[in-house]
Amino acid sequence: MIGINVYLVLIAIATLLSMYRVFRGPTTADRLVAVDIMTTITAGLMVLFALYYQRMIFLDVALVYAILAFGGVIAFARYMEGGL
Amino acid sequence: MNALAAIGEALVLIGTFFYFLSALGLIRMPDVYNRMQTSTKSATLGSLGVMVGVGIWALGTDFGSAAWLTKSIVIAVFLLLTNPISAHALIRAAYKSGIPLWEGSVVDKYREHLEAKDKGEVEEAPAEEGDEE
Amino acid sequence: MGEASKISRYLYTVIVLFLIWLFLTASLDPQELAFGLILSLIVAALTYEIFTTNGLANLHPRRVAYAIAYVPYFLWAMIMANLDVAYRVLHPKRPINPGIVECKTVLKNEVGKLALANSITLTPGTITLDIDGDKYFIHWIDVKDDSVEGASKNITEPFEKFLKVIFG
Repeated sequence: MIGINVYLVLIAIATLLSMYRVFRGPTTADRLVAVDIMTTITAGLMVLFALYYQRMIFLDVALVYAILAFGGVIAFARYMEGGL
Repeated sequence: MNALAAIGEALVLIGTFFYFLSALGLIRMPDVYNRMQTSTKSATLGSLGVMVGVGIWALGTDFGSAAWLTKSIVIAVFLLLTNPISAHALIRAAYKSGIPLWEGSVVDKYREHLEAKDKGEVEEAPAEEGDEE
Repeated sequence: MGEASKISRYLYTVIVLFLIWLFLTASLDPQELAFGLILSLIVAALTYEIFTTNGLANLHPRRVAYAIAYVPYFLWAMIMANLDVAYRVLHPKRPINPGIVECKTVLKNEVGKLALANSITLTPGTITLDIDGDKYFIHWIDVKDDSVEGASKNITEPFEKFLKVIFG
């Protein structure tokens, strides 16, 4: 169970890298793609946290988070296309 | 029991590697379309690896139960079904909002298609008005 | 292909919802099963009209067998796609050659087209950009052949032989 710390750090680095693209991205689409990737990675992070704290209930949090993030990204994409 | 934990840990390691790769692709690629190409695929496979890995890993621990595996598989399948859809929505939104392709791109059939379609609609429009009169 | 009867579509929705419930709870306690069944019946009554058009015909053994055979094939294609992506990302010169190509499909069913589009998105270097009738517009990271036939042979045909049977 010690190795899990290493994975959490790796995921944190990946999140920071995509954060760079969110701040830097020249266009709105770049930022949105980065946010999409970040939400996917965060869902994985939540699943790992469930294992870290040994609480199964966190898996439900990850599922609901994935559903809400999907809805949010779709809504933003429709908005960018010019019609909600 | 420990074999399960080892398999799960290996899957989680592969998954985090692909997460890392997707973030790297996000930084290294030249335009938004290629960023989408590299990052969406890797992030999807990464979450598949992490989630199934956590499910199997939990089976090998003393607090684990079968519910861990089935629940994480539900999350993984959900992400597998929805990630391509959001990628598709985003790439179409990017194209429609007028972001140009990278200068090294070789072919753009979609623009030809849209232009042909626009021309067709312009030709059809007067006929429709005629019908209304 | 016409729509299946209402009863068949309703029953198919109930079965799928109940399977999801089983996976989420992962328990065989009679109370949980009964409550899940009641919830599936209620939710299916509200949603079956938009959930499916084929009904129980989707559970034909041949289709289920092809669907199960499709899973490892698809996973393998996906892993290959990711190794390809890894090569392109980690290579210092970024060997990419992107473009948008057009493909044709033989699938008629709407759900089948959706599944094909999703499969294309997750496999080697391709993202579906738009679908218009039977034309697919695909962003390809490494264009090998920009004619319609050549692109179709490279991208859509490997999946079609499975999806044709699964979604009819």
